[in-house]
Amino acid sequence: MKEVWTLAEFRHGKLNPISFELLNRGKNLAQKLNTSLASVVIGYNIKKEDIDELIKRGADKVYVVDDIRLENFMVETYAKVILKLLDEYNPDIFIAAATTIGRTLMPYIAVKKQTGLTADCTVLDIEEETENLLQTRPAIGGNILATIKTPNTKPQMATVRPHSTKPSPPDKTKKGEVIYKQFDNEAFNAKTKYIKFVKDESQQINIQDAKIIVAGGRGLGKAENFKLIEELADLLGGAVGASRDVVDRGWKTYPHQIGLSGKTVSPALYIAVGISGAIQHIAGMQTSENIIAINKDPEAQIFKISNLGIVGDLHEILPLLIERIKEYKKKGAN
Amino acid sequence: MRIIVPIKQVPETSNVKMDPVTGTMIREGVENVVNPLDLYAIETAIRLKEKYGGKIIVISMGPEKAVEAIKEAIAMGCDDGILLSDKKFAGSDTFATSYVLAKAIKQTGDFDLVICGERATDGDTGQVGPGIASFLDLPLSTFTSQILSVENGKITVKRLVEEGYEEIEMMLPAVLTVVKEISDPRLPTLRGKLKAKKMEIPIWDAQKIGAEGQKIGLKGSPTRVVKIFTPKVTREGEKVIVKDEKTLHQAIDKIIDYLIEKELI
Ligand SMILES: Cc1cc2nc3c(=O)[nH]c(=O)nc-3n(C[C@H](O)[C@H](O)[C@H](O)COP(=O)(O)OP(=O)(O)OC[C@H]3O[C@@H](n4cnc5c(N)ncnc54)[C@H](O)[C@@H]3O)c2cc1C
Ligand SMILES: Cc1cc2nc3c(=O)[nH]c(=O)nc-3n(C[C@H](O)[C@H](O)[C@H](O)COP(=O)(O)OP(=O)(O)OC[C@H]3O[C@@H](n4cnc5c(N)ncnc54)[C@H](O)[C@@H]3O)c2cc1C
Repeated sequence: MKEVWTLAEFRHGKLNPISFELLNRGKNLAQKLNTSLASVVIGYNIKKEDIDELIKRGADKVYVVDDIRLENFMVETYAKVILKLLDEYNPDIFIAAATTIGRTLMPYIAVKKQTGLTADCTVLDIEEETENLLQTRPAIGGNILATIKTPNTKPQMATVRPHSTKPSPPDKTKKGEVIYKQFDNEAFNAKTKYIKFVKDESQQINIQDAKIIVAGGRGLGKAENFKLIEELADLLGGAVGASRDVVDRGWKTYPHQIGLSGKTVSPALYIAVGISGAIQHIAGMQTSENIIAINKDPEAQIFKISNLGIVGDLHEILPLLIERIKEYKKKGAN
Repeated sequence: MRIIVPIKQVPETSNVKMDPVTGTMIREGVENVVNPLDLYAIETAIRLKEKYGGKIIVISMGPEKAVEAIKEAIAMGCDDGILLSDKKFAGSDTFATSYVLAKAIKQTGDFDLVICGERATDGDTGQVGPGIASFLDLPLSTFTSQILSVENGKITVKRLVEEGYEEIEMMLPAVLTVVKEISDPRLPTLRGKLKAKKMEIPIWDAQKIGAEGQKIGLKGSPTRVVKIFTPKVTREGEKVIVKDEKTLHQAIDKIIDYLIEKELI
């Protein structure tokens, strides 16, 4: 029986929790196909507890390739190694997260395997009659949803929008098989050299992984007013987002931009302050679980997609909101 | 340097209207533009040319009217354009599109760089750039935010990743996809527009690029769109209007209650 595979993301010596979201997706598919679920993890110095964690989170098997030459993500070497695994085990389905790694690696691999790849899916299911993977994704700036199949080639490949599902809960009793693989030099030939990683200090919390995002738009009026956004984000343990207009004005740097020409996010809570809700902004945040908008224009588009809308002046609302949250937290602490 | 810039013509999306019944886009009266994210690729190529000399060739796969997109790129400062147009290309998914573009790129002769946009605003997959690199077996930098140096047959770039930036060095020729941060696209000049207007843009078909029939168009596409529908975008929840001191406090209460109820605080 063919397997369902997920790519476990291992970077900077750590397993990315997105890997557990993929296992949650994979578990559902493997159950419907009555087959086993496997995770592939490649990198360097992969710890035993990380592999065990993948099993507890649902993997029946874990394929591990641990090699110093895989310490950093490089598409050429990562693709070669994964292609070797795919050629040997022929899974039916192979999914990865739509992160910078997944969005680079998966299209490179799909071409080599001469198979189809569906981008940034928010829903995955199995078609009963054919047992094909049904992949649903937003396109045209979130204006439509398209369901896509890869009917004739294997593996059926998809990248999955981060945080579009919950991580699977751990099952402490679960057992699984671990398969270690090694490859010779040829797999590690690359015309690319990794130089270094530079952490973005302005990004205290990785926006794409943040549970809460407080985003500011042009309505803030000037760069200094972003302090209010930062303070609120800080209080809630969240990250700071921005509209394009704000980035173009230099009030915030590009890594904070949410939307069509910025990042796509799906946090548990998105607070949009002084953002009108242009279609290109919405495209990057509409799958957020909860959306709260603060805007002085009652007709602003952002209210159409908000769970809670506050019509008013942000300069009145934010300082008071910050004060009240502080009070609330203080009370909680006592 | 010889630089190839693949660009896509897309419908202007800022005011896309969807047919609520069929779930398809209403194309009538919708203007076609160069994929806005490709403008950054074009600008990057022009700046490299200004610094190192060379030639920029713009290629686009699409219907005949996509020639307009190519002309706009030429008006901005690119040198040559090629339109890849053939009924047989219709319905290509990202696999088939990457294949056609890779074949055409090879056909243009030697080159140093292929620079793509990060993604197209309509199909929105961002898969074509990496696909081209894979077909051509070239090193690839996606989400490129800065070019640090080009020397001795190598390029060093910075790429934007989740928690910061990565620097990588690649041997040329290589493929880049670029993000908005890399440059500020210039506007076409009048002289450029005149030049573009006069220019004949050659059209290459499947035969000219030597494309295998089973790898192009709908037939050559491993993916199939089986259904298109409109998401239920409205969740329009409660709205609280702040008019005075009292409603201001009510609004704040609402937010805090909401955060507590959803366990977000
Ligand atoms: C190809 C393309 C790609 C794009 N990509 C992106 C993208 O990735 N991300 C993105 O964000 N945009 C993007 N845009 C731009 C987008 O169309 C909008 O221009 C942009 O999102 C507007 O930003 P904004 O909401 O901050 O500003 P505005 O639209 O100017 O809205 C400001 C809002 O603040 C409110 N306001 C003003 N003062 C106050 C106050 N005192 N209190 C409360 N509210 C107040 C106003 O009522 C208004 O609604 C893109 C556009 C194009 C064409
Ligand atoms: C609703 C919908 C959903 C789709 N989903 C998928 C899917 O999940 N998987 C899939 O394989 N196909 C999909 N397709 C098909 C896909 O849109 C087309 O293959 C399209 O030709 C290229 O993909 P893109 O628009 O996503 O481009 P992207 O990959 O986002 O484009 C990236 C860059 O590649 C270059 N480029 C792209 N197209 C061209 C071109 N025609 N000419 C020159 N340069 C170009 C540009 O530099 C561009 O910035 C979908 C189509 C629709 C309508």
